[in-house]
Amino acid sequence: MADIALTRALDPEAAIAGRRYFRSRTIIYGLLTIFAIVYLLPLVVVILNSFRQLPEIAQNGLIAWPRSFSFKAWVDAWSTYCVGGTCAGMQGNFFNSLKLAIPATIISTAIGAINGYILSKWKFRGSEILFGCMMLGVFMPGQVALMPWAYILGTLHLTNSTYGLILIHCVQGISFTTLFCRNFYVNIPDDLIKAARIDGAGFWRIFRKIILPLSPPILIVTVIWQFTGIWNEFLYAVIFTSGREQPITAALVALSTNGTNVRVYDVMSAAVLIGALPPLLVYLLGGKYFVRGLTQGAIK
Amino acid sequence: MQSVLEPSAAAAGPSWRERLAQAVPFLVLAPSLAATLIYVFVFTGWTLYISLSNSSLLPTYKFIGLKPYADLWANTRWNIAYHNLFIFSAFYVVGAMAVGLLLAIVIDQRVRGEAIWRTIFLYPLAVSFVVTGTVWSWLYTPDTGIQLFVRSLGWSNFTFALTTDRNLALYAIVITGIWQSSGFAMALFLAGLRSVDQDIIKAAQIDGAGVFRIYARVILPTIAPIFLAVMVVLLQFAIKTFDLAIALTNGGPGIATTFPAIYVYDLMFQRGQIAQGAAAAIMILAALAVVLVPYSLWLVWRKRREGKNG
Amino acid sequence: MSALTVHNLRKSFGAVEVLKGIDLEARNGEFVALVGPSGCGKSTLLAMIAGLESVTSGEIRIGERLVNSVAPKDRDIAMVFQSYALYPTMTVRENMLFGMESRKVPRPEQEATLARVAALLQIEALLKRKPGQLSGGQRQRVAMGRALVRDPKLFLFDEPLSNLDAKLRVDMRTEIKKLHHRVGKTTVYVTHDQVEAMTLASRIAVMHQGSVQQFDEPQRIYDHPANMFVAGFMGSPAMNFIPAELTTEGGKPALTIKLADGETATLALFDNVASRATSKQVILGIRPEHLSRYDPEARAQKPGMVSLHAPVELVEPTGAETIAVMRLGDLEIVGRFDPDEAPSMGEEILLGVDMAHACLFDPATRQLI
Repeated sequence: MADIALTRALDPEAAIAGRRYFRSRTIIYGLLTIFAIVYLLPLVVVILNSFRQLPEIAQNGLIAWPRSFSFKAWVDAWSTYCVGGTCAGMQGNFFNSLKLAIPATIISTAIGAINGYILSKWKFRGSEILFGCMMLGVFMPGQVALMPWAYILGTLHLTNSTYGLILIHCVQGISFTTLFCRNFYVNIPDDLIKAARIDGAGFWRIFRKIILPLSPPILIVTVIWQFTGIWNEFLYAVIFTSGREQPITAALVALSTNGTNVRVYDVMSAAVLIGALPPLLVYLLGGKYFVRGLTQGAIK
Repeated sequence: MQSVLEPSAAAAGPSWRERLAQAVPFLVLAPSLAATLIYVFVFTGWTLYISLSNSSLLPTYKFIGLKPYADLWANTRWNIAYHNLFIFSAFYVVGAMAVGLLLAIVIDQRVRGEAIWRTIFLYPLAVSFVVTGTVWSWLYTPDTGIQLFVRSLGWSNFTFALTTDRNLALYAIVITGIWQSSGFAMALFLAGLRSVDQDIIKAAQIDGAGVFRIYARVILPTIAPIFLAVMVVLLQFAIKTFDLAIALTNGGPGIATTFPAIYVYDLMFQRGQIAQGAAAAIMILAALAVVLVPYSLWLVWRKRREGKNG
Repeated sequence: MSALTVHNLRKSFGAVEVLKGIDLEARNGEFVALVGPSGCGKSTLLAMIAGLESVTSGEIRIGERLVNSVAPKDRDIAMVFQSYALYPTMTVRENMLFGMESRKVPRPEQEATLARVAALLQIEALLKRKPGQLSGGQRQRVAMGRALVRDPKLFLFDEPLSNLDAKLRVDMRTEIKKLHHRVGKTTVYVTHDQVEAMTLASRIAVMHQGSVQQFDEPQRIYDHPANMFVAGFMGSPAMNFIPAELTTEGGKPALTIKLADGETATLALFDNVASRATSKQVILGIRPEHLSRYDPEARAQKPGMVSLHAPVELVEPTGAETIAVMRLGDLEIVGRFDPDEAPSMGEEILLGVDMAHACLFDPATRQLI
């Protein structure tokens, strides 16, 4: 009896609460959907246009449902399109970017891991201050380093070469990778290192046998961060390389400011996607680690 | 069994092998440390010196004092660039933070498919500014992009031509910048919201506070440090803005969307005014310092205070 | 022969001196406990013995050998850490073999030692697991196993039981004691838990503010604490400290103390301590278990027994015994009673004080008189 009366008394309120809940959910998902459309629009437009044919784009504009389909733009963008006199598409630039980003990522990550290990587990007098100084490198604006790099690359005969860019990104990456790894290693208990030292392991053996096996999470974060950063980098790429030596980011700008009045949106869409695909893939495959890298990079 | 050291030898201090073993970490660190310190200090000093020299097409080392800086500040284009930087920074930082916070709060409402939403809002960050700028420049182009699309839906008087208007082009960059970076703000805010002690929220609920009040009075104040961190990072992005503006408007129309970073590049590599370019680069560094030095000091101060309390 | 000798050892971090001239020694096969509150320097001392912290001045000898600047790995020691410090990516087996591999012990010998120690600690079934898959007690065993395979001159334990829950802690304490009996290795054991120190050690060094307050056998430390710090630190509930004045009663030395209502009580002394005191003012130290319900008949057997009145303010039964808080002038004193004769709250108890076990301290130097 009492139970029934209680349920009845509560019923209208429950209904109101239910309606309110439904309304708030509608607002939430509505907002998310609108933002999702805005965020996805450019990507969808580029993907669709890379498969449309140019006359159709010219007629209906960029934002339109495709009425034609072809792989021609991709083939052109990859291997035949002409930029600045050479007609080999973007493939050369794409491979330049790989030749740049992969070694620079590996080298700078390796150095960062070792530095981080030293600065967290083998502290010496003044190591904290040195670490602080190294961290200034994270904030250095590239413009300040332009003249010195120009001079150094010139002296080493590394201008207009991938190796020059590798050098730049390795040196500039050290601050980031050291920061990431050090902040990760700091949380590995010092007792592990002490135990290993008593067990007779030295500097390198501890690194190899104890630190490295614990490192995959931070190494993945660092590799993702470095790879996308170096792949996407533009300032040094455009200043220190030209033509066929350019990484793809610089080549894309050269392509879109090619000077022709007719914009070849189909080929350019494909080219843009070629340039964006590797970091996008890395992002989609390692999303969790990508976000972790972001939060670590921002909040130390 | 074990190597017994002579007591006298041991008393004299560590053996050379011991000393070498102790020096290994420093020796290993030294080369990359040196490279970084050169990069940070020598490069900065070098550029600073060039900015005080009479370098033009090639760097020279004849000291002429602050003249390049005077020339720089006398230049209209530089003033526009600096002015643009302030306007852009303000709108971009506030915009990206507002959108990011909104998205973070909405996602925090136990939505379904959270990972998918997050992935959608964050992917622009993986894409380069060049790609972002290029694609958005197409969308901004009136006769192919958004304007054409909306007109084709029936609003035939709709105009959306930011990039061709010298008064509005800057806002095209702002919008694109927000599109690119708000996911970043969202990710950090979301991490912050998730790190708030759930017991505090429960306590506020028991105290009878509604959702809005809980956010405004309990959750957001506790993640105030994250606001500051996000702001500092976004300001850094803004000050270094180069790729996005190049790809989106190439500084135009005319010189309407010139930024300091673009101007450095022009002065150094297009116009052969290296000293002035270096001066402009130093000004960028100064702008960063204005943001970062107080922030770092604040971080140190907070750490100390926590250390004392803890 | 001494397995470990520490002589006038000092350690400074910058201007802060954390160890102020430590003297310590452990005989072969002895179990020495370093006990003290957190921050007393006991863990730093252990780390210095291990070679993980540098020596500012003084000497550390393991056996006859001066090891001040010998690397940890060359000191022939093994250590068990508070956090266990098991290598998380290695299996139990790999954890235990790591030290021997580092030292390039021949493979067959490694296997034989591993098998022997695993059997000793009954962890054979765990060898293939990783530390993350072990319970606290199992980790503790593995950590000891990793130390045991080394067969070192000296075992160091750094608060090894403090991460275990209360029940397990008592079990592991017993195990460590048994193990020490079986293996017979010289052991230095750091703990903040005085019960652990009392139960395990053959000698205890009580540390406070960077120096050793007293270094002696457990019972001697308990019965004759060198100063008020040791007296207060060892034993729970802590020793009662009651300000008193030396007087005489009937020609014999006695103590006068203030009672609740402004009255005084005089307690006869059954020792010639009075002659050693430098001033009339002293502090009487009496352990809770030496307070009891006064029983005139029992007095005949216990010549030190004297009595005084005290109102009972709080009673805490723990089962095996009952702790009572009583008022004595401005002080609260704590007594430990048999539950059968425990006082009740508010009762004005006639308290028997076993003066034969009393300690007297100098209020100025805080040292035992």
